[in-house]
Amino acid sequence: MTSPRPAPAAAKDSRRSLWLAAMAGAGVMAAVDEIVFHQLLQWHHFFDRATPTVGILSDGLLHAAELLAIALGAFLLIEQAQRRRLVARWAWAGAFLGMGGFQLFDGIVSHKLLGIHQIRYGVDLLAYDLSWNLSALALLLVGLALYRRARRLERG
Amino acid sequence: MLGSVAAGGASALLAWLPLGLLCLVTLGYLGAAGRQQRHGNGWSGWRCALFVLGSLLLAVAVAPPVMAWAHHDLSGHMAQHLLIGMLAPLAWALAAPVTLTLRSLPTAAARRLVGVLRSLPLRIVSHPIAALLLNVGGMALLYFTPLYAASRHSGLLHGWVHLHFLAAGYLFCWSILAGPDASPHRLGLRFRLGVLFVSMAAHALLGKLMYGYLWPRGAGHSAAEIQAAAQLMYYGGDLAELLLAVALMALTSAARRESLLTFPPLR
Repeated sequence: MTSPRPAPAAAKDSRRSLWLAAMAGAGVMAAVDEIVFHQLLQWHHFFDRATPTVGILSDGLLHAAELLAIALGAFLLIEQAQRRRLVARWAWAGAFLGMGGFQLFDGIVSHKLLGIHQIRYGVDLLAYDLSWNLSALALLLVGLALYRRARRLERG
Repeated sequence: MLGSVAAGGASALLAWLPLGLLCLVTLGYLGAAGRQQRHGNGWSGWRCALFVLGSLLLAVAVAPPVMAWAHHDLSGHMAQHLLIGMLAPLAWALAAPVTLTLRSLPTAAARRLVGVLRSLPLRIVSHPIAALLLNVGGMALLYFTPLYAASRHSGLLHGWVHLHFLAAGYLFCWSILAGPDASPHRLGLRFRLGVLFVSMAAHALLGKLMYGYLWPRGAGHSAAEIQAAAQLMYYGGDLAELLLAVALMALTSAARRESLLTFPPLR
């Protein structure tokens, strides 16, 4: 019953696709961070003694948010797709914006402002911090390009 | 000599007691489910499987070898805690044991049970926030006070701690899912997700505090042992709470589909 050319998406569905994918994207980026840097490379420390209490508390909140973001984001995206209301171009834009947004937040707020842990220990951090935050910017730029493309297609 | 042998026999018997009780409870559930099936009321095979799964997880946790591991290694205790307090209660809660009990009891007894379920004490402990406090408060009390060290020397206290984990974990899963057993509270999905969020954050916080400040103290565990156990608590807790979130979303979307089937949309 699928028509070859889908009807133009309702604005509500576009917005929902964007936000749900952004939520899932941020959660996935956080999980990648956890798996690659904590578990596989073991560069990050699980906890470093320099962490202030407010850092541990906010880290706990952030951690809970990322877990729920993955679970809820994935579930609601699937539901949206089942109802044939998922707008893929908006969802891709959202996913990249979410991933980049989380990466930048992690690089600036978690590592630098709250000082929960550093990217790696016993090395000059500047290069690591720069590549971390530049990769975040790259993801955000891809997301922004996809966002503009989705909006152009919507109008055109 | 004879006395110590008798005491040894009694404690061996005591070690197998939880497994015996679990067998009885599980057989009771399956028997009641079978009776429902025979009377044509039907009872989902999935629920039976989930109940058996919960019982198996509990059986693993209280099996004498695991008990022995938990006694000398904090990671063993933490694995036990995850099974008894988080994973098994989720499986059991999804098996709707209260609904099955209500259906199986004679009418008068079922009425009395409904009265108990509606009583104030049960309404209080089955609220998500109370269940959250029972869980997080229980953990904080156990790991950040001398209670943990004391529970290693007293069998009674030790048993009580496990029962508390099981009851608090079950109440928490039930209060968050608010189904398949009907909950006495009518709380929205957002509120329950919010409480689950706080619980996840509290778990992560407690795990990090244990890791960083080496709690529980005074029980003779080395720093490396405590840190391994705290990481198990952190990641194992993640897994269990993620499963709870997935179960909650699955129940919600199933209920949504059902209501769409029963009440076709107006447009």
